[in-house]
Amino acid sequence: MKSLDLAKYIRKTSLRLVSRANASHIGGSLSVADVLAVLYADVMRYRPNEPLWDGRDRLMLSKGHTCVALYSALAAVGFIDETLLDEYGTDGTQLLCHVSHLIPGVEMSAGSLGHGLPIAVGMALAAKIKSATYRTFVILGDGEMDEGANWEALMFAAQQKLNNLCAIIDFNCQQAMGNTVDIINLEPIVDKLESFGANVMRVDGHNHDTLYEAFDKFTRCDNRPTVIVADTVKGKGVSFMENRLKWHYSAPDTNLLQQALADLE
Amino acid sequence: MRTAFINQLVTEAELHENIVLLVGDLGYSVVEIFADRFPDRYYNVGIAEQSMAGIAAGLAHEGYNVYLYSIGNFPTLRCIEQLRYDVAYHNLSVKIVAVGAGYAYGSLGASHHATEDIAMLRAIPDTIVSTPGDPVETRAIAHLSANIPGMMYIRLGKARETIVHTNEIDGLRIGDLLPVEMKGSKTAILAGGSILAYAQERVNSGEINADLYSVPFVKPLNVDCLIHLAECYDNITVIEEHQLSGGIGSAVVEVLSDLYASGRIVNMPHVRRVAIRDVFCHVGGSQQYLRNYMGLKL
Repeated sequence: MKSLDLAKYIRKTSLRLVSRANASHIGGSLSVADVLAVLYADVMRYRPNEPLWDGRDRLMLSKGHTCVALYSALAAVGFIDETLLDEYGTDGTQLLCHVSHLIPGVEMSAGSLGHGLPIAVGMALAAKIKSATYRTFVILGDGEMDEGANWEALMFAAQQKLNNLCAIIDFNCQQAMGNTVDIINLEPIVDKLESFGANVMRVDGHNHDTLYEAFDKFTRCDNRPTVIVADTVKGKGVSFMENRLKWHYSAPDTNLLQQALADLE
Repeated sequence: MRTAFINQLVTEAELHENIVLLVGDLGYSVVEIFADRFPDRYYNVGIAEQSMAGIAAGLAHEGYNVYLYSIGNFPTLRCIEQLRYDVAYHNLSVKIVAVGAGYAYGSLGASHHATEDIAMLRAIPDTIVSTPGDPVETRAIAHLSANIPGMMYIRLGKARETIVHTNEIDGLRIGDLLPVEMKGSKTAILAGGSILAYAQERVNSGEINADLYSVPFVKPLNVDCLIHLAECYDNITVIEEHQLSGGIGSAVVEVLSDLYASGRIVNMPHVRRVAIRDVFCHVGGSQQYLRNYMGLKL
């Protein structure tokens, strides 16, 4: 599947899942859809029929609350059967509303923010120790950068010159209680990340060409961890959801779901 | 204990290529022997315990048996959520080694008094909590830890602890209680951690008529051992350098109570718990001074 088609599939599937389960976090799932689509369509190495293949690239979805986007991607590329998605949010399911490692293709669960980057650093360090060629990707939310453990881990990654590590910040400018700029202003984020020793790129997180270019530059960086600041729009693609905090929490009812799906056509 | 531990870890690392040691910028004049021997498997992650625990989880995810080494509350309370969620929930092989149990760093103040760690670690599922009582137990537990998967907490004293066991311990099983002094008494004293030596001294002084056992593991406790205790003793005293709530005494009482409620033991022994009585220690002093000051006496 081409990345643009995959992104549309992720968005539409995520909307259906969240609506049916009356679940939260659709806004951030829509903002991260393009990053996931480019990773799974064009960048990452993986074998859906062999989820634990040694040579696979690792991905941590640290913003685990946007798991519907990842579950959708995993279904689209064949890690899981599409029918499994019907279980999302139901009683007794393993398709938890924060990403679950019980699902093939998911490396580790994540739901508590600020955990994914340190874990990814450990995975990347392991590759260095054993001279393995896999790369480690980790997707963070911008609000999540409030967590100090991220900065601890980034300093260590720079110290160890972990050029096999690529963090992507889904910079959608909103967090649980409002705009990041009003809560903890992360700017100047590029300067901060660079001063911590990272190879930093800031790109349009919805433009597949620029995303691909950034991932390509990551592979050619030989002495530092990479952080891609992906500028995104929370609720991207659905007119009535874009930049509206309500959609961090609410699920669209049947009527709004149809409107949302129509927006994506 | 810390030297006994690191020497044993070096021995284990020779045998197990999957052992990696992370330190949180602590272990001066202790961990160098490991760092020098295995430079590719030793990392000082800096003064950053939350990150250290996450990095350990990532390494363990890739097949390593990762040891976190730091002092008291830092590799435990400071990063308890990472230990719970990143490590234990994923059943990853991370061994947390905290030096300075109880009041071992007494003069350094409450920041360094490790007196709530057992309670917090033993509440986490799929976690082994060990409290070696002397350097001999430390070696046995270090050996065990290198050979088992999963998360394990190893609560060490500091340095120059009295050697209680005259022989090395072979075949230590998780949960075992270890008989130390058997006097034929109807009272048993259970001691966990380096306070074991004090308990031995008291039992051998003749002022107390009791048998003495070491408790190298708080979780899990060997239920059969406790059934045996309940059958043999009318009175049990548990002494530990930890808060009353959630410590070794609590664990013993919980298991005995469940055994009694289910009918697996007929008589419930009288259990006295000697532990810290829900207060912080606001004074400084040596470990021995603070034990006395806080009422940890037999």
